[in-house]
Amino acid sequence: MIPEIVAPGGTPAALVAAIDAGADTVYCGFRDATNARNYPGLNFTAADLKEGIAYAHARGRKVNVAINTYASAGNTRTWYDAIDTAAGLGADAVIMADIALLDYTARHHPNLRRHLSVQAGAATVASMEYYYEFFGISRMILPRMFTLDEIAELKSRAPVEIECFIFGSLSPMTEGRCSLSAYATGRSPNLCGVCSPAEFVRYATVDDELLCRLGDFAINAFEPGEPAGYPTVCKGRYIAGDADPAYIFEEPECLNAAEYIGALRRAGICAFKIEGRQRGRFYVAEVVSAFRELIDAEARGEALAHHAAALERLRRLAEGGEETRGAYRKGWR
Amino acid sequence: MNTDTLTLGPVLFHWPAEVLRDFYFRIADEADYDTVCIGEVVCSKRAPLFADELPEVIARLTRSGKEVLFSTLALVSDERELAVMRALAATAPGLVEANDVAVLRELRGRPHAIGPYVNIYNEDALNFLVAQGAVRACLNPELPGALIADLARLSPIPLEVMVFGRLPLAISARCFHARAEDRSKDGCQFACQADPQGRPVRTIEGMPFLAMNGLQTLSWGCANLMGELAPMRAAGVHRFRLSPHTGDMVATAALFRDVLEGRSEPGDTVHRLALLHQGMSFANGFYYAAPGHQFVAPPAAA
Repeated sequence: MIPEIVAPGGTPAALVAAIDAGADTVYCGFRDATNARNYPGLNFTAADLKEGIAYAHARGRKVNVAINTYASAGNTRTWYDAIDTAAGLGADAVIMADIALLDYTARHHPNLRRHLSVQAGAATVASMEYYYEFFGISRMILPRMFTLDEIAELKSRAPVEIECFIFGSLSPMTEGRCSLSAYATGRSPNLCGVCSPAEFVRYATVDDELLCRLGDFAINAFEPGEPAGYPTVCKGRYIAGDADPAYIFEEPECLNAAEYIGALRRAGICAFKIEGRQRGRFYVAEVVSAFRELIDAEARGEALAHHAAALERLRRLAEGGEETRGAYRKGWR
Repeated sequence: MNTDTLTLGPVLFHWPAEVLRDFYFRIADEADYDTVCIGEVVCSKRAPLFADELPEVIARLTRSGKEVLFSTLALVSDERELAVMRALAATAPGLVEANDVAVLRELRGRPHAIGPYVNIYNEDALNFLVAQGAVRACLNPELPGALIADLARLSPIPLEVMVFGRLPLAISARCFHARAEDRSKDGCQFACQADPQGRPVRTIEGMPFLAMNGLQTLSWGCANLMGELAPMRAAGVHRFRLSPHTGDMVATAALFRDVLEGRSEPGDTVHRLALLHQGMSFANGFYYAAPGHQFVAPPAAA
C-alpha cells in the first residue's frame, strides 16, 4: 500500500493547493484555541471547513481536523462544540491529545476516526495501547524520537495505524509537555495553541547583529548575511554554564526524511505528515508535489536518485537551508 | 476541616548516592513533610546508582511517620524503561505517582496518584482518571490560579500544587547535558552530576533563563507561591509540593508550615526563604497567567 501524504492546511487556500498538488489528506484546525496553530490569519471557520471538505471529498481526498490543545476547566464545551462541528461537517478524522476530548468523541461520535496527536506526548507502545483501549484511536501520530528500527518494532506490536513526520520543523522537546513558551511569554501551546507567539517577538540591530527577543529574553543573534530563524525558545542560542553561545537544544534545522520513504513504508507507516500549517500555499504545493513524485516512484520500485530534481526542491525548501534526518537513522542515544 | 499537607517532590537532579541518602535521612529525622516522593523522574540511567540505598531510605521515612510516594519517570521512552516502571507499579510498597500515560495503563483499577507530568487541564480528564483509580493529582505547574481554582471546585479528589522550586518546563528524549559535552546519551558519563541544581542557561546577553538538567529543562526562576497559599486554600487546594534543592529543605518546610498555620505572614517570610536558597530568584508568573519567569506581587489581602 502506498502511504498517504498528510499535508498542512493552514488556510483554505493552502488546503486547495495541497489537494491540487496531490495530497491524499489535509489537516487543518478551527480559528480559535482548540488547535495547536492558533495564529492570526490562519485556520478555518465552520463555513471554510464545509467548503474545504466538499473540495477534498469531490476529488476522493480527506480532511482531518486538529482539535489538539487541552480544554480548560469549566470551558470544555468550546472544545466539544469544535468536535461536534467537525463531525457534523463530515471530517474524516479528528486529531486530539486531551483525554477528555478523546473520551467525548469516543462516546458521542463513535464512528468518527480518532487520531492521537503528537501533542499527547505518547512515546511507547504502552501509551499507544492505553489510548487504543480506552478511546479506540485508529491512528497515532508518532513523536520524532523514534529510530527506523523502533518504528518497525512499534508497528509490529501496534493495533493502530502509524503516521510519522516526513518534512518540516519539529521540536526537540516532547510535544504537549513543554512550557518554555509560557515561561517566556505567558502563552502556552497546550492552553492557547501558540508557541513563542509573534506578538512577543522584537528585533533590534545591535553592533551590526540582528538580535531576536521573545518577551524579555534574547533568543538569538545573527551576523549580517546569516539567515535569521524565527525565535522559538527551543531553537535559540544560549550560554550553558561557561560554554560559548550555542544551539544547546538543537541546531536550527528542518526534518527531511525523503530518503527514508521506502524504509518507513516497509516499517509499516501508513501516512507521511508534512509539518507547516503556518506556511503559505506555494510552499505547501511545492513540498506536496515533490513528495507525491517521490512516494509514487518509490512504490513503483524506482530508485529515488532518478528523481534528483524533486529531492533538490525539498532541499531548497528546508528551513534555514540546514537539513536533518531527525532521529530516524541514529536516534539520540 | 481540611488539614494542609506538605509534600516533598522527587529530587530532580543527579546527586551522588550518598548525598541523596543523607538528604532523605535528614528529611526523615527532622523535616515537617507529610509525604515524600522518591524515585527517579528524569533519567532512567541514574536510578540504579541509588537502588542499594532505597530500602533503607524507605524504611527510615516510613518509621518517621511520613507517607512515601513512588514517582515514575516523566518520559518512559523505551521498552526497557517500561519494564522497570511495570516492576515498580507491581511491587511498590505504597502509592505510585504516574508521570507518564504509559504507566497509567499498568495502574488502572487500583489506587494511584497522578504526577505533574500528566496533563490535566479540565474536570472531564480528571474525572476519567479518577474512574481508573486516581486518588490524588499534582497539577502541571503552568496552570494559572484561576484554572486551579476551577479544577479544585470540580474535583472529587485532592489536588496538589507545586509551590516551591525550579519548575519542570520540558522533557526530551535527547539529553542536553550529554549534547553540551559532545557525548552520546549512552556515553554520557553522567555529565549532569556536575550541576546539583541544573546547569545555568543564560541568554546571549547574559540574562539567566533556564536550568539544564539532563533530559529535562527547568526554569531558572524558583517557584515561590507562599503568597498564593491563602487563595489556593480558599479554593479548596490543601496539598502543596516543594521541590528539593541544595538549600535547606528542612527549614524550607518549616517556613511554609508557619505560613499555613498562621504563625507568620508570607510577606515577612519570603526573605528568609531567599536566605535558605542563595542565588535563586523567585517566580510565580504562571499563577497569574503572566510569563512564568515573572514575580508578581500578590494582591494585598482583603
